[in-house]
Amino acid sequence: MSDWLFFIEVSLAGLGSGALLALAALAFVLIYKATQVVNLAVGELLMLGGYLFFAFAAGWGLPAWAAVPLAVIGGGLVGAVVERGIIRPMLGESAISVFMVTVGLGSVLIGLVELIWTADPRTLPAFISTKPLFLGEAYVSRKIAVAFAVAAVVIGIFLLLFRFWRGGVALRATATDQAAAYSCGINVPGVFSIAWIVGCATAAGAGILLGAIGGISPTMGVFGLSALVVVIVGGLDSILGALVGGLALGLIQSWTGTYLGGEYTNVVTFGILIVALMIRPYGLFGTHEIERL
Amino acid sequence: MTPGPAAGAARLSVEDVTLSFGGIRALGGVSFTAEPGSITAVIGPNGAGKTSVFNCISGFYRPSTGRILLDGENIGRLSPPKRAGLGMARSFQNIALFRGMTVLDNIKLGRHAHMKTNLLQALVYAGPARREEEALRQEVEERIIDFLEIDHIRNQPVATLSYGLQKRVELARALAMRPRLLLLDEPVAGMNREETEDMARFILDVKEEWGVTILMVEHDMGLIMDISDHVTVLNFGEVIAAGLPAEVQADPQVAEAYLGSGDPAELMRRLHREAAE
Amino acid sequence: MIIGTAKETYRADAALLTTRPQQTWTGVLALVLIALPFTLNDYWLYLVCLMTINAVAATGLNILTGFTGLVSLGQAAFMAVGAYTVAWMERDLGTPFPVNLVAGGLVAAGIGIVVGIPSLRVKGLYLAIATIAASFILHFLFVHWEAVTGGNTGINVAPARILGTELVSYFGLYWIIMPITVLMVLGAANLFRTRIGRAFIAIRDRDISAEVLGIPLLRYKLMSFAIASFYAGVAGGLWAYFFRVITPDSFPFMASVFLLAAIIVGGMGTIIGALLGAAFMTLVPELLRFVMDWASPWLPNATVLLSPVRTIVFGLLIIGFLVFEPQGLAEIIQRVRRFFRLWPFRT
Repeated sequence: MSDWLFFIEVSLAGLGSGALLALAALAFVLIYKATQVVNLAVGELLMLGGYLFFAFAAGWGLPAWAAVPLAVIGGGLVGAVVERGIIRPMLGESAISVFMVTVGLGSVLIGLVELIWTADPRTLPAFISTKPLFLGEAYVSRKIAVAFAVAAVVIGIFLLLFRFWRGGVALRATATDQAAAYSCGINVPGVFSIAWIVGCATAAGAGILLGAIGGISPTMGVFGLSALVVVIVGGLDSILGALVGGLALGLIQSWTGTYLGGEYTNVVTFGILIVALMIRPYGLFGTHEIERL
Repeated sequence: MTPGPAAGAARLSVEDVTLSFGGIRALGGVSFTAEPGSITAVIGPNGAGKTSVFNCISGFYRPSTGRILLDGENIGRLSPPKRAGLGMARSFQNIALFRGMTVLDNIKLGRHAHMKTNLLQALVYAGPARREEEALRQEVEERIIDFLEIDHIRNQPVATLSYGLQKRVELARALAMRPRLLLLDEPVAGMNREETEDMARFILDVKEEWGVTILMVEHDMGLIMDISDHVTVLNFGEVIAAGLPAEVQADPQVAEAYLGSGDPAELMRRLHREAAE
Repeated sequence: MIIGTAKETYRADAALLTTRPQQTWTGVLALVLIALPFTLNDYWLYLVCLMTINAVAATGLNILTGFTGLVSLGQAAFMAVGAYTVAWMERDLGTPFPVNLVAGGLVAAGIGIVVGIPSLRVKGLYLAIATIAASFILHFLFVHWEAVTGGNTGINVAPARILGTELVSYFGLYWIIMPITVLMVLGAANLFRTRIGRAFIAIRDRDISAEVLGIPLLRYKLMSFAIASFYAGVAGGLWAYFFRVITPDSFPFMASVFLLAAIIVGGMGTIIGALLGAAFMTLVPELLRFVMDWASPWLPNATVLLSPVRTIVFGLLIIGFLVFEPQGLAEIIQRVRRFFRLWPFRT
């Protein structure tokens, strides 16, 4: 096999995991845009989605077409409970406090998952065929291709919704100015709830895809940190940034993992983060906030 | 109780300062001088560029062209802390006190740039650090807290104070900087008549007893006419009039800027009506 | 004459311990700290030492986060820097332990300054995330700079020695850990009686007006990072002498979260808060162990459940304090004291 072909295959795999990163980043962006909360528990919600699917598919023996929506809905429900229970009481508190609440939430979710399913890694029941896929000559894992397609469709839908649907407009209005949106008759608490529900459901969905590729374990939430890098680099309030940043980071991680060695991916990822913070603190596509004197 | 000797009033000259934000010109060649030991007021309608001038002087904005001279030395390129070190103190339009701290600590912060305690001394808190802190405490108590009549609130957190008192604490903090030039950004904005009169008295006292140069931006025309020695009027980022309060008041261009009609008599009537309220 | 008395009052006013009861209680505390190692068994002495080490690191983090308002999720990584420095100096230089501890603190402080540089451009959450990144990069260094760190297998630390005696028992170690902790906590308390501490608080409350008062923001932010990391470095050094072996996983990212949780639970921006938080957060997992032991007759797999239960309780504590008691344990204690002071007259 030629080096060139190998490079293309590595890149395709990178794009696949990049799509998952973009999907997870989307969960960050949705929640941040509406509520100005950086939800560090996105990684753990991903994990939860994977385990819920595992419970429905392996535990109850449901077919994949039922287990997937159920797990996604489960993620959304957790989002609703979390928003009402611990995020709304924190309204008006500093961004850092709310951030730390989500750190605590992540810890609770990890503990719960370990309590119920133990700390051992598990494999999800196969629901995507393992038959290899070829793009021209290049081999692509079918799971990664499916993940890529799903992520692309979901992100596309969100981009359209944000532009054209009334709820998307309400969400953008809330993001710009909560008080003003409220006085325009926008149901701001409702927007908050929806953003958390949709954000967490998205994360759960991404978790199922991630679990299908690499299996599930209580530590898989670390993936959320990579997604966090994506949103910082792309801009916390930019869906486009999540998309571009996710694909770019997926490629870069795949290249470093293959050509430098797996242990370098973390360093390169976080190195990019620091450089991005120094050069463009508000992200490539993010909105720069101006502080008034 | 007698305030100490003046640290020496400074002369501030703003020379032909222009300032642009992304192509929009906020200031177009503004010049004026604040004489040592005088009260100079900068007035003008909303958006005339008063606060922009202030931000240029205290170093938050870099003027596009022009010079800012403190006793003849160009300070236009210095950072805000450096300017503070040269004896420039400032209060803010919307009070900028440290809400989590007590009145006393807020005032003490004013002296920061003049203190010498380094990190090691601070960790040990013996010898020089302790002496410096105790001297500061005494001076703040005797020269500033008594002077501004805020002894009853010295240990309260500033967040609990009324608006007028917070403004006074901000003035106290500025005084703790041993200023040679005091910049007051709307010192009586949002105050009632009584609080305004108190503040006017304090500003005059500061001028008399501390001998500092005072430059203020204010909306309250009554206050300006009463206490300032010199008035500069800005409109659309340019100086349209300057002179003694009475001269400026009689200037048709000023009346035009404020009222849209060039009748000084109408401006006078308006001012008197305001003052009577 | 009047000025003389006034000066006396100011001095008394500025003292750390103003009231008679405070002085009495401090005396009692000192006696307790001296008596502790003679009365506690090894298990409890181990916990006290661990608590104390955490208290040093948490106090440092509190200076940075609670007082200066710069949130860091990298404090444990700086502990690791201190620990590795001490271990390396013990192994390759053989210098005495006080020198090593100070060096551990200084090296950590130096790296802290570098990590603090992004605070020039970013603050709040972005800075917190930058510190996360820095701690992962440091972790990489610990794994791969094998000549110094011993890579994944880690590095063994020779015991600290005083006058030829090796300090291997908890009893012996207590006598270096506790005095150092007391000194460092006192140092932190002193800091906030001077212009430097005030400048930190000013930056936390309103950084723009701090600048107008002549406080150079970058220098003070970096100073705060340096102090916090120095505390972490010394704490890490003590940790190294206490556990005597360091691997890259001795100080995981969760340890940084633990320290931040400790100051949230204890009370941000108060000296006592970091101490209470460190003690509380160190004790809770042990308490849970007792609970699970006690429950084991009814819960057959209680020992297996201990670890997840700890994780859950840890998260719940962070959430609970932030939502219901954001001022932390320090505020609860204040409230209890107020209650007892007014006790006969209030219901």
